[in-house]
Amino acid sequence: MSDAPTTFDLSTVSLRDVNGALHADGIDGQFVITNPQGAHNVAVGVNSPVEIIVHGHVGYYAAGMNQKAEITVNGNAGQGLAENMMSGVVHVTGDASQSAGATGRGGLLVIDGNAAARCGISLKGLDIVVGGSVGHMSAFMAQKGRIVIRGDAGDALGDSIYEARLYVRGEVKSLGADCIEKPMEAEHLEELAGLLKAAGYDDDPATYRRYGSARNLYHFQAHNSY
Amino acid sequence: MCGIVGLHLRNPELYPRLGELLAGMLTAMEARGADSAGIAVYGDPQWSPPGQSTISLIDVGESPEQVTEALGARLDTEITVIARDVTYLVSAPTTPEALLAAAKAVYPDALVGGFGTDVAVLKGVGTPTSLVENWGLVGASGWQGVGHTRMATESAVTPSGAHPYAVGPDQCLVHNGSFANHAGIRRDLRAAGVEFDSENDTEVGARFVAHELAAGSDVEQALTDLTTTFDGFYTLLVSNSDSFAVVRDAIACKPAVIAETADWVAMASEFRALAHLPGIDDARIWEPEPEVVYAWSREAVPA
Repeated sequence: MSDAPTTFDLSTVSLRDVNGALHADGIDGQFVITNPQGAHNVAVGVNSPVEIIVHGHVGYYAAGMNQKAEITVNGNAGQGLAENMMSGVVHVTGDASQSAGATGRGGLLVIDGNAAARCGISLKGLDIVVGGSVGHMSAFMAQKGRIVIRGDAGDALGDSIYEARLYVRGEVKSLGADCIEKPMEAEHLEELAGLLKAAGYDDDPATYRRYGSARNLYHFQAHNSY
Repeated sequence: MCGIVGLHLRNPELYPRLGELLAGMLTAMEARGADSAGIAVYGDPQWSPPGQSTISLIDVGESPEQVTEALGARLDTEITVIARDVTYLVSAPTTPEALLAAAKAVYPDALVGGFGTDVAVLKGVGTPTSLVENWGLVGASGWQGVGHTRMATESAVTPSGAHPYAVGPDQCLVHNGSFANHAGIRRDLRAAGVEFDSENDTEVGARFVAHELAAGSDVEQALTDLTTTFDGFYTLLVSNSDSFAVVRDAIACKPAVIAETADWVAMASEFRALAHLPGIDDARIWEPEPEVVYAWSREAVPA
């Protein structure tokens, strides 16, 4: 990229102006955001193939609904990181609070640190790679997409899960309802290797376990009637 | 919603800046609650003079001069009263218990915001920004402070509904969330002889902790017992003269961030409230785990 990046200093420019500039039609190139100071809604709703680099910690819903953009946060993120993202890449170098990647439809979300509770809740096609551990109720009702957890998972992983695939390297504290361990076939090792590579990690896929739906909740059971 | 903040200073060089730093934390949480607010400041030499006991009286209904005279006569000693917004900080060279008993006898209808030898509690109705101004918080000093910005959901917008709840000597509790089973626990505590000021759920949590501490538990044990007794959503910050502790419920939907440096430990609902603290860029920052009690004490700090 030959053009110099456009820099926004959030200590002097309003967040509304910054997000407005990022929503302009036909933009490309690189944007740098400094001094976010934990602000909510940083770089939400971007719909252009731009590169956005945020230096510092961000608040809630950072990079939410992202389409096409490649957004890096050099810091921690508050809850609802990349919520309902559609495409593109969101990368957080620190930790993320609860509900990271919630309802995400597509693209790649990488969190180098830990993600808190409910990571990937109601996932609908996004891929999430977490460098550290995830909290309780992660992948709750996850329908589609993949979650790679390089550390441990908290209680009730994959509760009421549909067809999302979960790969965990560390310990799983407990599995949620209808979530079971499944065999790692060649197809899964290849899929996991691709996800790790895309996120910049070179772990041996064979050190991971796979979890998914037992599909026992898909059908009404007569003994559950009242 | 509500916002909570707390700052426990380790480096005495920062003590003169406590009020300024706490004011920044509190106003940063105004978006989480702007109907009322409260703070507790530990160690301000004017608000809680060393060697004396201090009580916070709210909505007394008399002038500071009348309070000075009435309580001075009752206790037969010199009284000082500092009026800030609707809070009177009343200090006297006696025990906290004697001061509390005298205040309750003379002003049975006034709200006791807090009492002890080190703490000054101020509460009021209004935006955190206006209350910080009315209290003159920026000028306060000390070693520890906590605060709460309230968005009322389950009881009236009044000073008595504002946090902190400071029901034991030098103890303080601020709460983001709601307790579901407080009525039954209040009934049990009443049966054990504990008196209540309000129907507020958080007061039950504060009285529970005070009751456990009075029975000899340490803060960690009291908060662990709280997690097994109370049902509901909560992030709690519990402080007393020498300790500062944080605990969240098992569901952990109420936010919390902790930051720690060699100079201070700070806790807030959101990082925004910590962004201005000196040395934040090098702080260890993390989200507290559900049902884990995090506690710090002044004794553990190397001199």
